[in-house]
Amino acid sequence: MKALFKLTWVEAKLFLREPQAFFFTLIFPLMLLFVYGGIYGNAPKALFGGFGSVDVSVPSYTAMIIATSSLISIPVIIATYRETGILRRFKCTPLTPLTLLTADVIVISIMTALGMLLLILAAKLVFGLRFSGSYLSIGLAFVLGCLSFFSLGFVLSGMIRTARTAQIVGMALFFPMILLSGATIPLETMPAALQSFAKYLPLSFVVRLLKGLWFGQDWLGLMPEVIVLVSMCVFGIALTAATFRWD
Amino acid sequence: MVRIMNQDIAIEVEDLQKSYGKTKAVDHLSFSVRKGEIFGLVGPNGAGKTTTLECLEGLRRQDGGVIRVLGFNPQKDRRALNTHIGVQLQDSSLAHQIRVGEAMDLFASFYKHHQTPSELLEQLGLSYQRDTAFAKLSGGQKQRLFIALALIHDPELLFLDELTTGLDPQGRRLIWERIRDINGRGKTIVLSTHFMEEAERLCDRVLIIDHGKTVALDSTENLIRELTVDHKVIFSVNGRFDVSLFQGLTSVTGVDVFKDRVTVSGRSEHLVADVVKVLINEKSRYFDLHVQQPNLEDVFLKLTGKEIRD
Repeated sequence: MKALFKLTWVEAKLFLREPQAFFFTLIFPLMLLFVYGGIYGNAPKALFGGFGSVDVSVPSYTAMIIATSSLISIPVIIATYRETGILRRFKCTPLTPLTLLTADVIVISIMTALGMLLLILAAKLVFGLRFSGSYLSIGLAFVLGCLSFFSLGFVLSGMIRTARTAQIVGMALFFPMILLSGATIPLETMPAALQSFAKYLPLSFVVRLLKGLWFGQDWLGLMPEVIVLVSMCVFGIALTAATFRWD
Repeated sequence: MVRIMNQDIAIEVEDLQKSYGKTKAVDHLSFSVRKGEIFGLVGPNGAGKTTTLECLEGLRRQDGGVIRVLGFNPQKDRRALNTHIGVQLQDSSLAHQIRVGEAMDLFASFYKHHQTPSELLEQLGLSYQRDTAFAKLSGGQKQRLFIALALIHDPELLFLDELTTGLDPQGRRLIWERIRDINGRGKTIVLSTHFMEEAERLCDRVLIIDHGKTVALDSTENLIRELTVDHKVIFSVNGRFDVSLFQGLTSVTGVDVFKDRVTVSGRSEHLVADVVKVLINEKSRYFDLHVQQPNLEDVFLKLTGKEIRD
């Protein structure tokens, strides 16, 4: 327990000292918010059913933060472990792999949640963010989105050897997904052919779930999203458990 | 878990074998390490030193043979063994941004009983680096940090793999002093090195290996003494020198003059005294006199027919 606490604390500090993870998780979403919010404002629009441009964007940006943590932070952290030989060094101590993995999940979860809270706070203070869902539902959807995407991140980590490859693969998956899933650019503005492809991207399910619940839709109408994300989570954990290698 | 304890023996290895594909990394090695000694695994790169250490540490499963480390079977009892051994791995690293003090506290938290991190840092001369990021440390400081991390739980037995590779001579000397200190506090140390000088300066006994096989196993003094290699007394003279002066001496086996440089070879322990006596009697003006003794390097050359740095 002492080891888990200490490890979590150290990992959190290391996360904040790593400029890339820090920037994409905590700063980049705020930049998007201020740039697009500055351009379009948050006045209610009929197109968005009486909500403003910022209101629609915040749940999408939240999905983007989840994608950052899963597709960039996790693979880079695990690949760095491998590359530096620190996993072999840990193997010579009483520390268990489970403790290490738990510490990582805790830190990434906290940072992801922090990214979302900063975003919401800024949107609320600067643009008067509107919200018509339930906090509990959004919280649950956030946890589900995290779990399903983190497990995807760990599956990726199992296949990647070096931090450099992790970064490239992560980016190659991350950018198409945040551009096409509606996490940054509203899906409605895209050509129909692209839309019909984009809606099957894993991140699109997170975006739809968060957006739906944000504007008060009930869970029943979002069952397809829930089922896909839960399956991703279960499948990802099983695949990680089966294929994950420490060295 | 069966722990077979022996009062005086820290490690017993019998007929250890490990292959990677068709390459035999370790080929029927047997040796034991006594408690309290500094034991060296010596050989060129690729001789099988690291593989042997990793089998002892429980990081690798051997293909054959029996290993007992402090009475434990490293494969079956790795968890229990971990609290008794300290390990420094070759090519290991830490997160670039972690600070020295943080790394020490972190590793301390893995163990029920541990030493005070600040005292250990002091012992290893790292007190001023407490807040320095790992990436900012010099090569020698990194290695001293790895030793400190390996000692954090006060283990009985310490494994050091190629500790001073890549360090400058000064950094190497500093590490040697620390290792002697640690051994002086009663810890058994097993180290691997391809520096013969390092083995000679530090180790009580060495196992010289090549291609995974034992070349020699003894104390460094014995290995050198048993080697039938000449000692040499070398000095310079002004002008001509009469070589016949040494011809009557039983301790001398040969004299070689090159320009103003004279080399007298012989095997007896009286060689130096005999040569100097002649020089004084003859009132010869000599300078820059020094003695060249055989070292482990010569032992290796003699036993394997090749230089260790090949």
